Amino acid sequence: MTDIGWIDAALSAARPQAVGALLRYFRDLDTAEEAFQEACLRALRSWPQKGPPRDPAAWLILVGRNAALDGVRKTSRNQALPAEEVLSDLDDVEAPLAERLDGSHYRDDILRLLFICCHPDLPATQQIAVALRVVSGLSVKQIARAFLVSEAAMEQRITRAKGKIAAAGVPFEAPGPVERAERLAAVAAMVYLLFNEGYSAPEGSGRAPFCDEAIRLGRLLLRLFQAEPEIMGLVALMVLQHARTRARFDAEGQVILMEDQDRSLWDGKLIAEGLALIDKAMRHNRPGPYQVQAAIAATHARAARPEDTDWSQIDHLYRGLERLQPSPVVTLNRAVAVSKVEGPEAALAMVEPLAERLSGYFHFHGLRGGLLLQLGREAEAREAFNQAIALANTAAEAAHIRQHIDRLMRNAG
Amino acid sequence: MLYTLLCYNNEDMVFSWTKEEDDAVMARLNVVHERLRKEGKLGPSLRLVPTTAATTVRKSDPPMVLDGPFAETKEQLLGLYVIDVETLDEALEIARDLGRANPGGAYEIRPVRLFLPGETANSKAPSAAAVT
Repeated sequence: MTDIGWIDAALSAARPQAVGALLRYFRDLDTAEEAFQEACLRALRSWPQKGPPRDPAAWLILVGRNAALDGVRKTSRNQALPAEEVLSDLDDVEAPLAERLDGSHYRDDILRLLFICCHPDLPATQQIAVALRVVSGLSVKQIARAFLVSEAAMEQRITRAKGKIAAAGVPFEAPGPVERAERLAAVAAMVYLLFNEGYSAPEGSGRAPFCDEAIRLGRLLLRLFQAEPEIMGLVALMVLQHARTRARFDAEGQVILMEDQDRSLWDGKLIAEGLALIDKAMRHNRPGPYQVQAAIAATHARAARPEDTDWSQIDHLYRGLERLQPSPVVTLNRAVAVSKVEGPEAALAMVEPLAERLSGYFHFHGLRGGLLLQLGREAEAREAFNQAIALANTAAEAAHIRQHIDRLMRNAG
Repeated sequence: MLYTLLCYNNEDMVFSWTKEEDDAVMARLNVVHERLRKEGKLGPSLRLVPTTAATTVRKSDPPMVLDGPFAETKEQLLGLYVIDVETLDEALEIARDLGRANPGGAYEIRPVRLFLPGETANSKAPSAAAVT
């Protein structure tokens, strides 16, 4: 790796902690980001000669803080005297460094930085865009390219979102245990959203790297909250899904269904990490939706061949998920497992009552069609398949459903 | 004499490497590994999953199981080598060669007191593949 390569990695690794601490210090997101930026410029000048500091985050916090304060002092000489509150804030600067860099702060610093991106008034994609900009440090240009919008439009979106965040007021007081847990849950949801934005993107999309970034943020959260089983579950779920990446698309970029994937392409390192995390989480006996979904992914990952899949275990886990997070989509997924364990008739009986709520969801019609076909009700099956194809949003999606149907026909034939 | 090289680095940084950067580091390390292997100096070597996957058993009575690594440190134990060399100088030379291929962090060099090469059902193909 070149000097610039490892310095870049060190800067992005230190960013959440450094910007989080600078935000606590300056109580203003733009000032914190600018201070960090300035510290990075100085790092690029100084680290290649002197080598990286032992604690890059502490170095960047200190240098960024000093650079921003120099800026305040310079402008204050040319302008009217600053308001008294600003002056008393400056006095605070001289408090002992050790206190400010104390490790006990930085957990809440990072959590706060992530949490302000999850403002409930911001639509999901804006939460992700702000998090990528503020926490991960992606450029507006990179984010705009990933979301297929112009740089100017993305700039405007992020600026507006940051305005909302500032108007809402950033919570600076150290959170109590309940509030900390609430923040953690909101942040976990945002990280998983980021992961899914990357995971659901077509192959080669600018959003594919979101998966890596989400995993990085998930591991960071887990390092801060090491005994939280749901965070273990979140990271396990993401790494287990991401482990299948290389097997998920064919040469034309079409999605390959899990049963048809070449399992030798699954990433054994990520699977090992996911299985270890799930085992750790289970010990706590505090199940949650991420843990259960991760356990389902783990059950698939443990099967060397599709026919080795422990479907009754998957059925059992989906039952748990239905209790924790009832939704017709979860029931639909359980029906797949039930069809393998008890047969198509039992599964169809589960699927039919979902018709009203899932009539706009092509997977519903696809699964229903597949089950009808297995029961030899071909005309009804064909009708269900046609409904599924009619609900496809794009030609690629329709092709994907057709492919799925072809396979069902083959299996039934 | 057997030494271990304990590989410490900032895992935030190492796991921020892109796949290309990680591959490039591994490729450069593999040049050193290959040379050591040919010289008959390279024993079992491994690279560890992030410390977030770690569990620690405190040998209290009763033993306590804790989530996370044994120690909270700025740099984490991310892997280790066992090498067979004549002198400490030679071990240091190897650490320097590995360090040039893989920047940042530190190698702790410790002589080995007991060595059980062992063998497990999975210690051949899969783990070898997982390391590279």
